[in-house]
Amino acid sequence: MRRLSAFNVPALVLGIAFLYLPIVILIVYSFNASRLVAVWGGWSMRWYAALAQDAALLQAASVSFRIALVSACVATCLGTLAATALVRFGRFRGRLLFTAMIYAPLVMPEVITGLSMLLLFVAISVDRGFWTVVIAHTTMATCFVAVIVQSRLVDFDESLEEAAMDLGASPGQTFLLVTLPLIFPAIAASWMLAFALSLDDLVIASFTTGPGATTLPIRIYSEVRLGVSPEMNAVCSIVVAVVGIAVIAASILTKLNAARGAPVRGEP
Amino acid sequence: MKLRPQHWRLTGLVTWIPYAWLVAFFLLPFLIVLKMSLSQSAIAQPPYTPVFDLSFGWSGVMAFFAGLSLDNFIFLGSDPLYVVSYMKSLQIAAFATLLLLLIGYPIAYAMTRAPRRLQAVLVVLVILPFWTSFLIRIYAWMNILQHDGPLNQLLLALHIVPEPPTWLSTNTAVYIGMVYSYLPFMVLPLYATLEKLDESLLEAAADLGCPRWRTFWAITLPLSAPGVVAGSLLCFIPIVGEFVIPDLLGGSQTAMIGQAIWNEFFANKDWPAASAVAVVLVCLLVTPIVVFQNQTLRGMERS
Repeated sequence: MRRLSAFNVPALVLGIAFLYLPIVILIVYSFNASRLVAVWGGWSMRWYAALAQDAALLQAASVSFRIALVSACVATCLGTLAATALVRFGRFRGRLLFTAMIYAPLVMPEVITGLSMLLLFVAISVDRGFWTVVIAHTTMATCFVAVIVQSRLVDFDESLEEAAMDLGASPGQTFLLVTLPLIFPAIAASWMLAFALSLDDLVIASFTTGPGATTLPIRIYSEVRLGVSPEMNAVCSIVVAVVGIAVIAASILTKLNAARGAPVRGEP
Repeated sequence: MKLRPQHWRLTGLVTWIPYAWLVAFFLLPFLIVLKMSLSQSAIAQPPYTPVFDLSFGWSGVMAFFAGLSLDNFIFLGSDPLYVVSYMKSLQIAAFATLLLLLIGYPIAYAMTRAPRRLQAVLVVLVILPFWTSFLIRIYAWMNILQHDGPLNQLLLALHIVPEPPTWLSTNTAVYIGMVYSYLPFMVLPLYATLEKLDESLLEAAADLGCPRWRTFWAITLPLSAPGVVAGSLLCFIPIVGEFVIPDLLGGSQTAMIGQAIWNEFFANKDWPAASAVAVVLVCLLVTPIVVFQNQTLRGMERS
């Protein structure tokens, strides 16, 4: 019954082409020696060389990277705790609000999340900068982590935990020695997602940032508003390459992990 | 995990740390937005009144409440600019979601027809662009759609158009950007439900002489309804408040409500007005968000 029909193949080919062609074109143009899009001036690395001189851009990239690193780590911890609470502790008081607070940010327009965060920081008169962006990104990423880890915990064999507890392990030990290693692939995947989300975010960062903490997307956005430029093609191609390599490395790691016998099933 | 009473404190800690974080940085900010929408804009630092100040004691609190008003909402309702902008956002989001459904469904369906090994690869291929920066993907389209860009060069070379058409700053460009950015969000939920479809139903229909298109119409489509709902909500809700796509690809005719909030805030520095626009937007989106939540929770319980 599983057969690709004459209608299915074009749908797949066109769909995948639609998803990838724009990125490929972007990368090809980043190597165009000519400043004009309409003219192909041959292959060249000159726009990449120009980037190395752009101190503001490098500074923004380093800010973005550090924000993503911190917020991904904190969000992974918080999200894993939240997922554990949701799956393991049944119907505690305030559970409904808890689930609402985890699912709502997933679909909430970013403009609203960003605005509300900013107003909070103003209300408690905190100077905006590096740490306010970290807090905002952590909050958003926590929800994504919670959902991913939750889906892993749901199809987790609880008898393993019960066996550990029956053999005298405390809940803390059980979690660290039994649960954590088993859900690790999901945790690693969600850390990466949290990192990517933070590295990518423009809107929330624009609201919550302050002087001296310009992130890479904010920098790119302010350039891109003025129009297409070969330098921006080069920056964007580098970001695409870095993320691409990271994702491919991660999926190979997950595969190796699976081959070693850890039960990995359909992680995103 | 059956917990003994002596471990309840640990349970509490595991729950309350993320709970407290989300209350402090998600729920509380929303209440502040609500309060702000009832305030007045002022030329001051911070640029609004009344400011909640406990140093004046009880009279300060009373003055604070007396200072709140519904003026911002009355202003929103009376200014056709905002009303039009809300309507346009909902309309653009609805049409974009419909486009996504029409394009995403055949892709998701074809994915389930593919051999098992290929399916895993296809899922990764659909997810991968999601990891690439949203901003960069929109920028890639600015490249393609510009006046002397690759699309127009191709159209001219194939003699499809006599004159290069303008793409940027049009509704078409906004729809292209939205379909491109949100396609994975539509395809994955559809694929997840279609993949679970019981094949014996399709075989039974075929055995009984049902033509393929009728099998699709009578069995496949109704059974994939949860995926259709999930995918549509996952696209519709964020698209209504979308900022980056209409800002970079659209023109003045595609002024969406996300841009209105952004401009009120950054350009006009009218924080109370921006908050009021946001509050009304949340009210408009509350129904789809609640439906989305119930849908996901029910999906969780079923699995």
